[in-house]
Amino acid sequence: MIARLRRPGLHRGILAIPLGIGFAYAIVLPIRAASHYHPVLDGTAILQVAMIAAPFAFLIGLGAFDYWFYWASGRPSRPEDHSGHGARSWKDYFRVNTDHKVIGVQYVVHSFLYFLIGGLFAMLMRVQLAQPGGKFVDANTYNGLFSVHATVLIFLFVIPVFAGLANFVLPLMIGAPDMAFPRLNALSFWLLPIAGLMLLGSFFAPGGSFASGWTAYAPLSTTAPIGQVFFTLGVQFAGASSIATALNFLVTIITMRAPGMSFFRMPLLVWANFSTSLLVVIATPFIAASQFFVLLDRALGFNFFNAGSGGDVLMYQHVFWFYSHPAVYIMMLPGFGIISEVIAVKARKPIFGYRMMAFSLLAIVILGFTVWAHHMFTSGMPGWLRDPMMITTAIIAVPTGVKIFSWLATLWRGVLHMDTPMLWAMGFITMFTLGGISGVMLAMVPFDLHVSKTYFIVAHIHYVLFGGSVFTIFAGVYYWFPKMTGRMYDERLGKWHFWTTLVFFNATFAPMHLIGIQGMPRRVADYSSQFATWNLIISIASWGLGLSTLIFIYNMVVSWRGGPRAVANPWRGLTLEWQVSSPPPIFNFDSLPTIVGGPYEYGVPGAVHAVFRDGADVPAPATTRAMVTQE
Amino acid sequence: MAETHGSQATPHRPPPSRRTLLRLLAIGVLAAVIGIVFGLLIPWFPPAAATQAHTIDTLYYVLIIATVPIFVLVTTVVLFSGWRWRMRPGEERLDGPPIHGSTQLEVIWTALPSALIAALVVYAAIVLADIGAKQPNELKIGVTGQQFEWTFSYPTYHDAAGKPIVAYQLYLPINRPVVFEIHSVDVIHTFWVPAFRIQEDAVPGLTTSFRATPDRLGTYQVICNQLCGYGHSTMRTTLHIISASAFSSWLTDHGYSAGAQTTSIQRKPAPGGVATEIADGWTGYAPLPKAQTTTKEGTQ
Repeated sequence: MIARLRRPGLHRGILAIPLGIGFAYAIVLPIRAASHYHPVLDGTAILQVAMIAAPFAFLIGLGAFDYWFYWASGRPSRPEDHSGHGARSWKDYFRVNTDHKVIGVQYVVHSFLYFLIGGLFAMLMRVQLAQPGGKFVDANTYNGLFSVHATVLIFLFVIPVFAGLANFVLPLMIGAPDMAFPRLNALSFWLLPIAGLMLLGSFFAPGGSFASGWTAYAPLSTTAPIGQVFFTLGVQFAGASSIATALNFLVTIITMRAPGMSFFRMPLLVWANFSTSLLVVIATPFIAASQFFVLLDRALGFNFFNAGSGGDVLMYQHVFWFYSHPAVYIMMLPGFGIISEVIAVKARKPIFGYRMMAFSLLAIVILGFTVWAHHMFTSGMPGWLRDPMMITTAIIAVPTGVKIFSWLATLWRGVLHMDTPMLWAMGFITMFTLGGISGVMLAMVPFDLHVSKTYFIVAHIHYVLFGGSVFTIFAGVYYWFPKMTGRMYDERLGKWHFWTTLVFFNATFAPMHLIGIQGMPRRVADYSSQFATWNLIISIASWGLGLSTLIFIYNMVVSWRGGPRAVANPWRGLTLEWQVSSPPPIFNFDSLPTIVGGPYEYGVPGAVHAVFRDGADVPAPATTRAMVTQE
Repeated sequence: MAETHGSQATPHRPPPSRRTLLRLLAIGVLAAVIGIVFGLLIPWFPPAAATQAHTIDTLYYVLIIATVPIFVLVTTVVLFSGWRWRMRPGEERLDGPPIHGSTQLEVIWTALPSALIAALVVYAAIVLADIGAKQPNELKIGVTGQQFEWTFSYPTYHDAAGKPIVAYQLYLPINRPVVFEIHSVDVIHTFWVPAFRIQEDAVPGLTTSFRATPDRLGTYQVICNQLCGYGHSTMRTTLHIISASAFSSWLTDHGYSAGAQTTSIQRKPAPGGVATEIADGWTGYAPLPKAQTTTKEGTQ
């Protein structure tokens, strides 16, 4: 019994949490007693320390640090021999596992859990806003709902679900047996449930959840009730996870490509995650810093953002947006990669202008760091900053436009397999174009002076993050579902899911452009009656949008349990992940692949992307060559 | 277009005929025209009550005209591809032609959007300079945000005691340029007048500003547009734009005394700029040295 409890795992992690809380008491009580504060009565100090200590205790208990502890204490460490790879039952997904495929599935499923929670919050917000004077929740709870909605969907859905999909397919795509740092990979995942539970747990904090938006502008955040700390610290764990994963991707892509896979033979998904990881490692420390500033202001009275004591309120926004603008691209570039994969395979054509596609990703990475203050056009920042930020923001539309036009040219004269992933990809192109157009409008400072912080912004970010990111996520999940689960999803339900989502998505968010320009501010629990009709329409449509997700969940669950078995290469793709079985073997490749050509040579007679050394496994990509042999 | 056919002369789909392309072009142009007409007919904006508002509205309509065709182009190609190039029975093993790119096309779709964007940016920069330009005979108004109400002060008009007139609803005379100096006593607020199409944050420790010239009589909303706490959605007040004579009598009603001596405005540099009751009547943070640079720039 004792031996079982001492074994690393979820139960040991949960048992360790009280130890972490005890540690917090042990540290805080003597210090408070020594400083002549009442040691116990005020719980906020202990709570803040415990919120740092308990997660680490959980991770140690979970076994996430076992290897390093063994190594540090000189005991025989267990080398990563991949013997723990693979999941033999569903229970294995609840353990620390170093297999990138298991971690990928953990990431994706965990992220979709938060997709449902975040979406549910949005639906509750729309109940409140269905009519002016809504009494569904009070203003403070409403502010909490949209704050948690945004935070959860950004930090626990969009960013990690891309990391999850890439975790699964990226090592396969470059012919690697795993990620470069499998243990770090496992740690990255297990930081996420901590962040998620912390953000959701804020609703139980005295004074309610954090309610200063996902932007948490100081000094509103530095003077808010204790629920704010759940954001401040929760974001640190999500950010640490994100940074660790990005480092892992960078090292994996740079050092673990199969022989022959030069950078310009990499699939664009790999390019996209390479670019994204560059953004993450450079930018994410800035949001960590901004939230540490807030924490120090709150907990120890540092007055970084207290204008009355020489603090600088605008500094918070500069540091925050220096991460949070690149974060927009962190949430979009991996989606660009997915769309390139789906469109090339489903249109049976090489990606048009492959090199320009790769270079435009890099251009977006560089430009992405030069536009942050366009979120601050009306913030009172120095006026001279407006013109340069307008110029850089507008320029970033050019590489993005190059990508859109290249996808269109890839579709042209292709043989379009209009199944579910392709529908999402084509829906993405049109919806994201709308989001990009409203983005160019917002870059124009005089127009932004009017619509900044209105529902026009809400419409814009949802066209970018829902019509953009979420559409690509659905494309990717349907596309790799056979590879990840070894089963086929239900095509008919997939199409229903697409069309219902497309209709309700537009019915929900398109009218927001109008009411925003007409003068409805965002982040309000109540509004003037002139917007009543549109808000009712939006609320009804948003429930339709929410319910359309149930089709997806049903399809995924039922197909995973009992869908028809998937063959290795149901889409006749050339990239490496399709050359192994579905789901892939535990060690990915039985023999090392050698890359002999580009990843998208559809229609080129006899083209092959990779050959396997033993020769027995030469992939049958079924491109023109297969067609010719058939005829 | 560089196109390499296999020696087997694979039966790739032919490029669309000239006629199809022309038809597609016609449909696209028609859709763009309809889109633009709709875009211009939709009653997007609330009433405009400042000269700046008209300039900004025009900018928006120019943006509609410039961007609707781009959306139509993308959508038309996607829909046409989905209809014309969709896989038909018997084509399960067919591939598209292996076209890898076209430098010519790539140059075009880099250069044309760049030119369009450059033109829009130059136009927007001119508009921005225009709406922020200093006007003669400006009326200075102090705007102070605090959770959850607005206070307006008229530092040029004093009561018998020499203190500026203070009001909780904003009264402005028509056709007189106004410059707002915006402060906050607690957290960040945004002073937004949708009828002016302009907003600017009220930031603790800073003086921010923007200019507007009211040109339409009536009452309009003043909205706090930055989340400032649980009462944010109720932080509203009313703007009244009235005639010059009505403004004079409003001032008199509120204690304006034409002969009163102006008390010197003592902006005590309180330690660290703590909120102080300033002699000119509104409560605000005494501007910090740093803040003054921003004041100078203001809304350009």
